[in-house]
Amino acid sequence: MNNIVELKDIVVEFDGERILDKINLNIKDKEFVTLLGPSGCGKTTTLRIIGGFINPDSGTVMFDGKEINGLPPYKRNVNTVFQRYALFPHLNVYENIAFGLRVQKVPEKEINKRVAEMLKLVNLVGFEKRTVQRLSGGQQQRVAIARALVNHPKVLLLDEPLGALDLKLRKEMQIELKRIQQQLEITFIYVTHDQEEALTMSDTVVVMNGGVIQQIGSPVDIYNEPENAFVADFIGESNILNGLMIKDKLVEISGREFDCVDGGFGENTPVDVVIRPEDITIVPPEQAKLCGVVESVIFKGVHYEMLIDAYDYRWMVHSTKAADKGASVGLSFGPDDIHIMHKLKETEKSEEEVPDEE
Amino acid sequence: MKNKLIAAPYLVWMVVFILVPLIMVGYFAFTDKEGNFTLDYVADVAQYSQIFVRSIWLAAIATVICLVISYPLAYILTGFSKNTQSTMLMIVMLPMWMNFLLRTYAWMTMLGNNGIINTILGFIGLGPFKMLNTEGAVVLGMVYNYLPYMILPIYSVMVKIDKSVIEAASDLGCNPWKTILRVVFPLSLPGVMSGITMVFVPAISTFIISRMLGGGGNLLIGDLIEMQFLGNAYNVNLGAAISLVLMVIILLIMTIMNQFDNDDGAVLL
Ligand SMILES: Nc1ncnc2c1ncn2[C@@H]1O[C@H](COP(=O)(O)OP(=O)(O)O)[C@@H](O)[C@H]1O
Ligand SMILES: [Mg+2]
Repeated sequence: MNNIVELKDIVVEFDGERILDKINLNIKDKEFVTLLGPSGCGKTTTLRIIGGFINPDSGTVMFDGKEINGLPPYKRNVNTVFQRYALFPHLNVYENIAFGLRVQKVPEKEINKRVAEMLKLVNLVGFEKRTVQRLSGGQQQRVAIARALVNHPKVLLLDEPLGALDLKLRKEMQIELKRIQQQLEITFIYVTHDQEEALTMSDTVVVMNGGVIQQIGSPVDIYNEPENAFVADFIGESNILNGLMIKDKLVEISGREFDCVDGGFGENTPVDVVIRPEDITIVPPEQAKLCGVVESVIFKGVHYEMLIDAYDYRWMVHSTKAADKGASVGLSFGPDDIHIMHKLKETEKSEEEVPDEE
Repeated sequence: MKNKLIAAPYLVWMVVFILVPLIMVGYFAFTDKEGNFTLDYVADVAQYSQIFVRSIWLAAIATVICLVISYPLAYILTGFSKNTQSTMLMIVMLPMWMNFLLRTYAWMTMLGNNGIINTILGFIGLGPFKMLNTEGAVVLGMVYNYLPYMILPIYSVMVKIDKSVIEAASDLGCNPWKTILRVVFPLSLPGVMSGITMVFVPAISTFIISRMLGGGGNLLIGDLIEMQFLGNAYNVNLGAAISLVLMVIILLIMTIMNQFDNDDGAVLL
């Protein structure tokens, strides 16, 4: 498959501060790609580079095999669903959707047909004459999507389009958007800071932090094989411990040695060790290398979430069976469940603490 | 209840200084010197129709010129940084800090046959041109004096236009020119409307500008009214009748203008 969008060594600086640091990203035609990362990590900026609203300080933007650096947005075959919709307040729903077609001087009959198609696609038949200010958030959002899609762009950019919606509507719209993307076979470049949203919708997830791409991969890869502690922490919940790689396939955690499956880190190398809460089994203390005291037990619907103090770390454990608070328990996990990662550089590490809420 | 209490002083103000004078104008317009009801004065106004037409015409020209100057200026202003914007606005407002009479008087000395402009033109062998005491001079005086009242409302509406809406237009295929036509202009229409009102209304009823720059030959409604109250033509009833007719005309024009405003912006295109 061809790359529809390619970013090569993109650098963006605002006021001398580096916002994007050598972004390299290839996006395939008809792919659903999600840029995922905490607020302020440069997702919107990356999207705006592709849309043409800002030009990179250095690096190349390629579209369909051609360099498009400096090409203004109105000459790009890309449309955007803006973070806060940016609907035209002086136009009604119909005219908002028809806007791009009118600019291109599409014949009235064709406009009628295509707007009607879009209204059906986003479930807004009958709302043609409404002013956009009187629509609910979800309706406005669907107008914004229709307004962009009606132009049949090769690539649709979506900047946290569901951010303002409540949970139930957001789930519905996620399914709806995915359906639209598959039906129209358009490349979607989707921005979100919600990891669950990214994992459920995307073909490819691009995890970003501090203006740097941390990992690119399928949702399953990103979840199961996080490349560093940031990704592991950001995607799902994790226990991240300081470890010491004694030699290949042997790691020391909390003063005890464990067999693992990773190698190639050298001998006696400090590493980050990630263990997912659902990979840990609670066993009687005498059956485990690692023992601790149950600090808290919270029912989460499908599972219980327990915090267990063991040696120098507070472990999070997910299990369908609850242990008693205050009880001594053993923590058990297999070699497969231990993920070893290179330590992040100190500068990147500090940015992990940025809260991921808008 | 609380709101009503707060509104009370304003209500009193409105009654004393707006409603009562209006009623008095109406009273004088429809009565004669003895206080008996008559339509004579209102009917008399018809004989001044030429002056009405001239006033409306000159005020309209001045308003259009103000709009043509102000609109691009306001648009360009919004593109600058916040600091530059406020500096430029200051410069726009600067003439307003000077006394109105002084400002207009300055133009008199500049436009006169022996004024600065004709003197300079004389050096290069041109002129002298008759500039003072023409309709052109009156329009110039109106534009110069009322220009800020056009710039400010347009500017203040324009700065509030969401930048992302402009980006959306660009995203949907509008080059900068089409963006202005299809998005900026319709969204700034309320500012344009109030700018037009704020220039047209004082321009149509001015009397100092026409007196100083128009000479005796370019009498406007304002001069006519002034003559009835302060001049030797002293006739309070006729003055009131002229004022009333002027008010009705302004009201009519504004109503027609507002029809535009209420329509969908796209209809204009
Ligand atoms: N126009 C701008 N001027 C200065 N700094 C900016 C500008 N736009 C974004 N930034 C900064 O760039 C960083 C990344 O912003 P953004 O791409 O919007 O992040 P995200 O969309 O991931 O939340 C932020 O720290 C933000 O403050
Ligand atoms: Mg953003």
